[in-house]
Amino acid sequence: MTFDVQSIRKDFPILDSETRGKPLTYVDSAASAQKPRQVIDAMSEFYGSQYANIHRGVYKLSADATMRYEDARTRVAGFIGAPDPREVIFVRNATEAINLVARSWGDTEIGEGDEIVLTMMEHHANIVPWQMLAGRTGAIIRVAEISDEGVLDLAHLKSLLGPRTKLLAFTHVSNALGTINPVREITSLARERGIVTLLDGAQAVPHQPVRVSELGCDFYVFSGHKVFGPTGAGVLWGRLPLLEAMPPFLGGGDMIESVSFDGTTFAPVPQKFEAGTPDIASVIGLGAAVEYLEGIGMEKIAAYEHSLLEYATEKLATVPGLRIVGTAKEKAAVISFVLEDAHPHDIGTILDTEGVAIRAGHHCAQPLMKRLGLPATARASFAFYNTYGEVDTLVDALKKTEELFR
Amino acid sequence: MEDLRELYQATILGHNKKPRNFRAMEDATHEADGHNPLCGDQLTLYVRVDESGKIVEEVTFQGSGCAISKASASIMTDFVKGKTVDEVQTDFDHFHNLVTSSPSEEAKLEGLGKLAVFAGVREYPMRVKCATLAWHALREALAGDGQTAQTE
Repeated sequence: MTFDVQSIRKDFPILDSETRGKPLTYVDSAASAQKPRQVIDAMSEFYGSQYANIHRGVYKLSADATMRYEDARTRVAGFIGAPDPREVIFVRNATEAINLVARSWGDTEIGEGDEIVLTMMEHHANIVPWQMLAGRTGAIIRVAEISDEGVLDLAHLKSLLGPRTKLLAFTHVSNALGTINPVREITSLARERGIVTLLDGAQAVPHQPVRVSELGCDFYVFSGHKVFGPTGAGVLWGRLPLLEAMPPFLGGGDMIESVSFDGTTFAPVPQKFEAGTPDIASVIGLGAAVEYLEGIGMEKIAAYEHSLLEYATEKLATVPGLRIVGTAKEKAAVISFVLEDAHPHDIGTILDTEGVAIRAGHHCAQPLMKRLGLPATARASFAFYNTYGEVDTLVDALKKTEELFR
Repeated sequence: MEDLRELYQATILGHNKKPRNFRAMEDATHEADGHNPLCGDQLTLYVRVDESGKIVEEVTFQGSGCAISKASASIMTDFVKGKTVDEVQTDFDHFHNLVTSSPSEEAKLEGLGKLAVFAGVREYPMRVKCATLAWHALREALAGDGQTAQTE
């Protein structure tokens, strides 16, 4: 495997830093990924010498800023295999994208007694907006079961898809378990029945090539900050006819064609969904992140991360009393685990003293934790900038933790 | 392992493994649940106050949680035994001030006895909620409104 992780690490200034007097071992990229110099520079250059508002000024600076913003849209569209850049709507994050669909599409299309199917492994972001929609409309939420290994029960999911099912919303990759769901198999079940699908791609886009046009879904959402871009820029992708039929989410400037007190006409997509001045610099930063990832190649990234996952899974098994939670065959480089005698928060704190940053808690997936019978887990999640040596550091720190609590 | 000693002192680890007064109390006069939704720490606190309503005769607890929350509850139950309700309120304030004070200040440990082991929590702001959960529950129990205590 030729993957020059050491030269990649040089692109990420923070990876060279220390925390609590120890070299930083950052294995919490599923919570938020670190940023390469290319992203930081693109944003600081924009603020330093290229900044103006977009879609309004007649002067060159504003026209150039608009071009940079729209270039980012085209680049993101290419990155996720969207057939048309107009299908890429910039929002703050995956959460906002789901709320946009729930408000705009949901309030129009969902009525009393209609059914929304979710899965037991969803992040709260893919649960709560639908519960709120159900609360407004009288729709019913149904939840597809999972196995103890963290694999979706497809037979059960299929049994939930009925004549009243209007929407199937599910995660591409589970943030708490790492499970990669068989997307095409699931979306084809929905398509046969005329059910609209929304995929939460927040954990998938950073780790593997994603071609939305081949997934068979209607909506796809992800957050820029998990894709090595800045916070404040996320993406909603939707099929053009669906987006065109949907009413606006937020009203205001930038999203109109003409406004009068007798009535207002809205701009075409994507502007219809981008009211007000957006987070221009973050969108440009996201464009730079995508360009950076394309430079390395998502296939290479996925292959390297898979080798890290295999190595880490093997090494973690040597920690006495450690149990991995989520053992699906198809997994992204996310490993949830528990230790027999130490609570996940104690693990998190002790690892912190060793410079190792992991997530500990319910991972914004409380229904999943309840299903697994756990109050919380510890989670190490890897990106392509992590090394085998960092896996060793993590494992050594866990062995110390185990000794302390024995 | 130097750093670990500060927060996870032997006392805390010992109380985590063998918590004192870790049982339900049948003749409790006051009771409250403590819940830390962020961590999933959950405990029920039982208190018996004497007939005058002034002296805390006994405190016990049950539940599950991290080492910090469990050890804090365990040490607290011993610490407040036999004290007046007013004294317990003062202890709450002292303890709360200790764990939320800046790590750059000298820790004010006077009158805190064994509770001093929690001074290390100051270095870990995310863990303050764990250390104070039992204390919040105790205050709720004594206030007697029967509500579940939530850490702030």
